[in-house]
Amino acid sequence: MDRRDFLASLAAAGLASLTGCDAPASIPLPPGELLGTALETGHRLRQSNLPPASETRRVPVLIVGAGIGGLSAGWKLAKAGFNDFLMVELEAGPGGNSRAGRNEVSAYPLAAHYLPLPTLEATAVRELLAELGVLHGDARAARPIYDERYLCAMPQERLYRNGWWQDGVLPQNGVSAAEREQYRRFYVLMDAFKQRRDGQQRAFALPMELSSRAPDLLALDRLTLRDWLLAQGLDSPHLHWYVDYACRDDYGTGSAEVSAWAGIHYFACRNGEAQDAASDTVLTTPGGNGWLAEGLAQGIKARAGDRLLGGTLAFRVAEVDGQMHVDLWRPAEQRTLRVIAEQLIWAAPLFLVPHVLVGNDSLKAAARRYSHAPWLVANLTLSRFPGERAGSAMAWDNVLYDSPGLGYVVATHQQMRMRPGATVFTYYRALAGMSPQQGRAALQDTSREAWAEQILAELERPHPDIRQVTTRLDIFRNAHAMARPLPGLIWGDARRMFAADGARLRFAHADVSGFSLFEEAQYRGVLAAERTLRRMGKNFVTSLS
Amino acid sequence: MNQALLFSVFIIASCGLAYELIAGALSSYLLGDSITQFSTVIGTYLFAMGIGSWLSRYVERNLVARFVQIELMVGVLGGFSAAALFFIFVWFTTPFQVALYLAVFGIGVLVGLEIPLIMRILKRDLSFKDLVSQVLTFDYLGALAVSILFPLLLVPQLGLVRSGLLFGLLNVLVALWALWIFREQLRNTFWLKTQAFVSLGVLAIGFAAAGQFTSLAEAHLYADEIVYNETSPYQHIVITRWKDDLRLFLNNNLQFSSRDEYRYHEALVHPGLSTLPVARRVLVLGGGDGLAVREILKYPQVESITLVDLDPAMTQLFSTAAALRKLNEDALHSPKVKVINADALKWLEDNAELFDFVVVDFPDPSNFAIGKLYSAAFYRLLEKHLTAGALAVIQSTSPLYARQSFWCVVSTLESVGFVTTPYHALVPSFGEWGFVLAGRRAYRPPASYAVATRFLTPEATPALFQFPKDMARVDAEVNRLNNQVLVRYFESEWRQVIR
Repeated sequence: MDRRDFLASLAAAGLASLTGCDAPASIPLPPGELLGTALETGHRLRQSNLPPASETRRVPVLIVGAGIGGLSAGWKLAKAGFNDFLMVELEAGPGGNSRAGRNEVSAYPLAAHYLPLPTLEATAVRELLAELGVLHGDARAARPIYDERYLCAMPQERLYRNGWWQDGVLPQNGVSAAEREQYRRFYVLMDAFKQRRDGQQRAFALPMELSSRAPDLLALDRLTLRDWLLAQGLDSPHLHWYVDYACRDDYGTGSAEVSAWAGIHYFACRNGEAQDAASDTVLTTPGGNGWLAEGLAQGIKARAGDRLLGGTLAFRVAEVDGQMHVDLWRPAEQRTLRVIAEQLIWAAPLFLVPHVLVGNDSLKAAARRYSHAPWLVANLTLSRFPGERAGSAMAWDNVLYDSPGLGYVVATHQQMRMRPGATVFTYYRALAGMSPQQGRAALQDTSREAWAEQILAELERPHPDIRQVTTRLDIFRNAHAMARPLPGLIWGDARRMFAADGARLRFAHADVSGFSLFEEAQYRGVLAAERTLRRMGKNFVTSLS
Repeated sequence: MNQALLFSVFIIASCGLAYELIAGALSSYLLGDSITQFSTVIGTYLFAMGIGSWLSRYVERNLVARFVQIELMVGVLGGFSAAALFFIFVWFTTPFQVALYLAVFGIGVLVGLEIPLIMRILKRDLSFKDLVSQVLTFDYLGALAVSILFPLLLVPQLGLVRSGLLFGLLNVLVALWALWIFREQLRNTFWLKTQAFVSLGVLAIGFAAAGQFTSLAEAHLYADEIVYNETSPYQHIVITRWKDDLRLFLNNNLQFSSRDEYRYHEALVHPGLSTLPVARRVLVLGGGDGLAVREILKYPQVESITLVDLDPAMTQLFSTAAALRKLNEDALHSPKVKVINADALKWLEDNAELFDFVVVDFPDPSNFAIGKLYSAAFYRLLEKHLTAGALAVIQSTSPLYARQSFWCVVSTLESVGFVTTPYHALVPSFGEWGFVLAGRRAYRPPASYAVATRFLTPEATPALFQFPKDMARVDAEVNRLNNQVLVRYFESEWRQVIR
């Protein structure tokens, strides 16, 4: 044998065994679908060639959008005994960013997947949780009891880094003492924000509307979180990875772009406690936040009957003689329906406003101040749990360090099973690190197979046999998943225009708060409903104090 | 020819490092403390190689023949080293380290002889500069190859015993190759050839029979004869026999010894069931060995027993093997018994049946999966399956060795509203063992036992409910799915017991 051949074959053998790549290309990609929000119908808005109305209906209150904002508005109206409203939704079903899917293995999230323990000021969230039987006893208690089956089971989260799974998401192994000191200082700062009160108001409240307006706090909305950290002398790369991860996870945008106010809000607003769980425990189910959307929808149905018109695009909103004229395109029937409402609650994303609103240029200009982050969610159905690298045991939320994705949650984690069998992994990726336009182009142009290959290659690092056990891989695209809280949005004038009360038109969407959290969407929905009831002279008990 | 010899340098270097790694890995595996094991093994080995190199000066004639013999000796000694050490460890515990270092030393000396001899053989054809450079290059390359292949491929695929034999075969093949290359220089190779083929044959037989080696060795790790050994999708089931003592091990943990299991199963069943004269329907969760069922069948008023055990291999085994059927008195074939192989949690969720008495006999809470079966959520689910006057009894680990774990089970049961009655019994093969009775009303121990018992008497029963000072109640958190505190307690407490 020639020496050179010999070395070459040795190198090849060594490499093959080191990377463990037994020709992965030989395993075909699992089947699946490329799904997403109703892109085609939605994009009809750009064309303005939809036909005039063939029917006109009158309804006292119209709600456009049946995500958490719209559902919460309907829920509050129905709870107040006011049933005379109509809810329309572009998608076939309600739920928005809290929608869930389901297959023969499990329910699984299509977007949001958890709710932190509610803060004291999140009174409407607590009211809903009590109604759903998940919060027991006094809904206003500082430390209520929650249903154990909704509290995320141990272990809640882990991080894959340097070939090893660790507990928790903040990197630990091999992090220098100097960086750990920065971790500590970061938490001291966040804790001070958590504790701070200006009068009755918390510095960072959830819902954010209840936060302090102290000038030094609002000033945080004028720089990025990254710049703020650096200004505090916090430059630890691991800490920066962690806060960047948190920002991508909650806002779909990295810490170099997100407003410091929004970024700190993430760390400083959550102070909910429970009698039967640690304060960092979250509430979750196999279908993510699907149970909350279903709970709201059921709450409406039980009180007011079926109020939802799905598969319906609101494409023109005009105020005519003191009434709201809303034109609705029904693609299934290929016709337009006009609804004339006394009161309109717009609970759809605000980026649609310039496309539908007639007149009111200042609102349209305000809506254009927003930008929305594109997201990708993949659901991998697995015949069994994949093989594991060393370290911590499988958790609910499994985060990958230095990865374009955010990791995955395990749909069956909350199942009371001794032996896990088949399962569904829900993989998340915010298309951060590029402009939203580029991200949307990537969503539109990339095939399911290309996404599947990328995702499997990423998950193959911690789970070498992931390809062998994945029986299905569905991609769910959301081109405008959530508002991006860039500096100036949250405490700027544009957002405040949508938060203000109106005579006939009110906005009820997480976008009105500037970022997409369940608590924010629900607050905006309930607030819009209460303002509407007040305007119509109806009596009700407020859910917001 | 030089190329061929250089290639054999590569092979023997691989083999040399492999024996060192095998000895290090085996001793860390069997004795623990891998840092000490590896560093003493490597040190001994390198020292022995030095001695071998020094000894090479005394080999003066017939270099090739000596080289062949050394290869054969390395092959046989190194090849069987792992198997032999394994057996020595299993049979005689004390001299294991002596044998280990002797073997390492012996192999080291022989391996130390190899390279100097090869260099001297090659000296005739190569300049000193090329000789040193080429021989040492291949020496180190061989070491690199094995150090990569050993953890990634050989140990996972072949195991230590077979890896050792494989390298032994390679050494012998090098010897045979050398015999062939130098066939013209060597006179009278018959004797050498015979030695080589015998070595080859012995190693090949060893390699083929290595599977039996391992199970034989495993049999001795279990101390007694293994009469049954199966790996089901759920667990590794081993049954051993020593005289009349049958023992069941699940994942190497003792589940019962037939000598004293009656103490465990009587204590598990009778204190509860004896106080329920109208109990008709009984549920057993876990307990696929049928021994709890055997005790329950002693009560004529019991009309039906539902046994839910995850593993069909367990219930199958205990309803077919003669010795085990004798032990559980054929309980699993009773017409009153319905065996269901299902996940207990799923089964309780999916069914609405009510029971008068429930035996919860799960493995100890050593991991998160089993920890769920001791959670408040699980007991809440269990409570839904109890009739008004029903009792449940829960095996709850040892109140002596895992005191906080035991009282954690009590706290958890109380947190969901159960009235609890903890008690304990001595089961010699386990030690002091704990149980908790849970119901909706206060429990009073039976004044008499209506069924035949070997362990329990009415007079001795009150003592079961007395907890002496070293087992008395301690504070413990409630075990919930979202904290799994019992698994934490159990891990830390048993770690101290084992140490």
